[in-house]
Amino acid sequence: MSDLLKSLISGGPKGFEEAKPSFNSQEALDEANRCLYCYEAPCITACPTGIDIPSFIKKIASGNMKGSATTIMEANPVGASCGRVCPTEELCEGACVLNHSTKPIPIGDLQRYATDWAIKNEQVLFKAGKSNGKHIAIVGSGPAGLSAARELARLGYEVTIFEAKSEAGGLDTFGIVPFRLPKDISLWEVEQVEKLGVTIRTNMEVGKDISADELLEKYDAVVLAIGMSKVPMLGIEGEELAGVYDAIDLVERTKNGIYEKEFIGKRVAVIGAGNTAIDGATTSVRLGAENVKILYRRTEKEMTAYDFEYEFAKQDGVEFRWLTNPKRLISDENGHVKQMECVRMELQATESDGRPRPVEIAGSEFLMDVDIVVKAIGQTRHMKMIESFGLEHIGGVVKVDEESFITSNPNVYAAGDVIFGKGIGEAMVVTAAQQGKETALSIHQRFKEYTAEQV
Amino acid sequence: MADISINFAGIKSSNPYWLASAPPTNTGYQVQRAFEAGWGGAVWKTLGEPILNVTSRFGALHFNGQRVAGFNNIELISDRPLEVNLKEIYETKKMYPKHVIIASLMVEPTREKWHEIVKKVQDVGVDGIELNLGCPHGMSERGMGSAVGQHPDLVEMTTMYAKEAAEVPVITKLTPNITDIRETAKAAVRGGADAVSMINTINSLIGVDLDTWNPVPHVNGQGAHGGYCGPAVKPIALNMVGDCARNPEINIPISGIGGISTWQDTVEFMLMGAGGVQICTAAMHHGFRIIEDLTEGLSNYLDEKGIDSLSDIIGASVRKYTDWSDLDLNHKVVARINNDICINCNKCHIACEDTSHQCIDMLTDENGSDYLKVREDDCVGCNLCSIVCPVDGAIDMIDLTPTEPPMSWNNRQAAIQMLQKADS
Repeated sequence: MSDLLKSLISGGPKGFEEAKPSFNSQEALDEANRCLYCYEAPCITACPTGIDIPSFIKKIASGNMKGSATTIMEANPVGASCGRVCPTEELCEGACVLNHSTKPIPIGDLQRYATDWAIKNEQVLFKAGKSNGKHIAIVGSGPAGLSAARELARLGYEVTIFEAKSEAGGLDTFGIVPFRLPKDISLWEVEQVEKLGVTIRTNMEVGKDISADELLEKYDAVVLAIGMSKVPMLGIEGEELAGVYDAIDLVERTKNGIYEKEFIGKRVAVIGAGNTAIDGATTSVRLGAENVKILYRRTEKEMTAYDFEYEFAKQDGVEFRWLTNPKRLISDENGHVKQMECVRMELQATESDGRPRPVEIAGSEFLMDVDIVVKAIGQTRHMKMIESFGLEHIGGVVKVDEESFITSNPNVYAAGDVIFGKGIGEAMVVTAAQQGKETALSIHQRFKEYTAEQV
Repeated sequence: MADISINFAGIKSSNPYWLASAPPTNTGYQVQRAFEAGWGGAVWKTLGEPILNVTSRFGALHFNGQRVAGFNNIELISDRPLEVNLKEIYETKKMYPKHVIIASLMVEPTREKWHEIVKKVQDVGVDGIELNLGCPHGMSERGMGSAVGQHPDLVEMTTMYAKEAAEVPVITKLTPNITDIRETAKAAVRGGADAVSMINTINSLIGVDLDTWNPVPHVNGQGAHGGYCGPAVKPIALNMVGDCARNPEINIPISGIGGISTWQDTVEFMLMGAGGVQICTAAMHHGFRIIEDLTEGLSNYLDEKGIDSLSDIIGASVRKYTDWSDLDLNHKVVARINNDICINCNKCHIACEDTSHQCIDMLTDENGSDYLKVREDDCVGCNLCSIVCPVDGAIDMIDLTPTEPPMSWNNRQAAIQMLQKADS
């Protein structure tokens, strides 16, 4: 039995298995045959990793499944995950020319179908390049780190990834709800990279188990792909009470098969309305919560969750309370949260990031009975680590040269969420994957003359 | 409601749709079901000396997810005793006196054999006889079917034998497995045929299994060529019907056969000279119930065109089907892209760029939007772009106002000869 299959039938509360069924072969063929096989197809341009989408779809239609999976994974080392988590309506499917005549090709589902084939058939799609003697350290094994590692290994570099957690894959492994992205999918992508000879040293926290200086000293270059960290503090009274969760922690625990029992039959308030808030809310529903509300200080219009995520949450019965902000959490006699004082907000002129500024309406405070609060108001940065490398940054967003991904230290590159700042692009898995690829190419630009002499 | 009945070589049928001689007309049960469903007639599965069949028998060509673009079979003529078939023909004709039953026949090419079988089927009341001189597989190895149909002399002789004994119309069914079908059609005319029907199936091998490397279909690991039919053969059949219809020596009715699946196909065959049509593969794919749309669609089409009777369209396009050398060399069409309908798949561009005349440009307008444009001066009006275009109405082929009077290759050669004569 494949690991994928095992994970699908393993225990746990209902609803943590992948929510969307995969295409059967007939559905895949029907949809693949509907693809027009456009020339200079807009879906390719719309894909941050530039997957040759018409090609991989044509290969599904012809039965060349290995070729199809290779086309996808060639352009996107985390293509199996992206088939599931990409906001395809905003990317490839949104660009499909059939939007103008019938309905777009379900590119994400076809990508999942092709990569699932590779997973089930235990395919190894790529080979390591001939060793060129250069050693690269990558910190972080999420989409950006894995992508950089895969490309560097194919180019002949010896790559070591340092990962703080017990398993590799980063956000894909731990940060996206299992009913959208089962852990095994991400672990297969990790395994693909390991099979190219990349060493992944898990449980290795830079700054604790190994120092930044040591990495800088021992390796020809270092790639910082450390993503982002936990949810920041709300900064309100009662935040330390029992029953208050960090959404990212909560998701990570379910990815590890730990299902909090406390949620059963409870009233849950999720603070925030981004991707993580949706994940926190839909996870709460699956953990058995009786009522789940998302509280957001702005409105439906400003929330950063994608339309499909919003729809998904609404279908799960999640309620939304717009223009509502928590002011303090109130404890019961056992130190457990029992109420939340909220205040109504209104929107005023825009902030620097283009979104309207929410302002409290004086005297509009009210109490809401809650049993659990899930915080999902963004993510903090790994400040200490960034500073241990001595890199220039703005509020934890590492500064890089846009072309070369070189940081203020010429031997350190950075890619993925660690360079993602407010208002610049989107913090998508697929963007991180592309940056990882580009970083690898940039490193190769620098060393290829030297390595050419070696070869 | 338009009258869609036909009178084909003296055989009256309530509609132009007959089931072709094939598996659907193997038994009385099937033919009766077809008549109940609304088919005008049926050409009974070919009768002859008893034969044996093999399993498996059929294969099909699927194309880009569409099943049965083409179909092939290695089944032979009826494998049921002649007496059983005759009894069922008799019963069926009695139950459905207004429906047409044609007996398809195939025996050795001797006068006695043909006289004998023609009389037998006539005695049970058939409305006509079709001579199966076209079956390309199995029977041809025994000197029958297409082994006869490929020799104009044998076609003429066999037709004559049948005619000598026949009191009902005789239709000679022709094989397409021949260089020029007009030669065997003329032979049928010489033999006295009341009509010809075309086409029988085309020699074919559907495929080879990629895992077993067996031919498809196969019989215990071996295959033999079969007869090809279904939608994919329609253009071949239509050309043969048109070529015969426009030949003055072939002045007898033509029953059109070959890939007809819809009422539109029917209209095309009849415009190109068919007096009626026969259908098999479409029924094998979907069942006899397709007759409802076949008749209704045809009737609605005629109503829409203001035509009272189907007979009025028979052969109406024949005069438009000619030799290449009679085509107007001075006529110009060009492609024009309607950018408000175009969805920018760029298929026209790449088809033209790689495989035609490099005259469709991918451009960007002042707002940064992509659009496609034909350089009409370089366009040869080949139609390729409009063929590959997936959206109706996005590419029109436009007739340009002629700058020269019409001139065909024949006109041109004649004019050159005249000039040369004048010079000398």
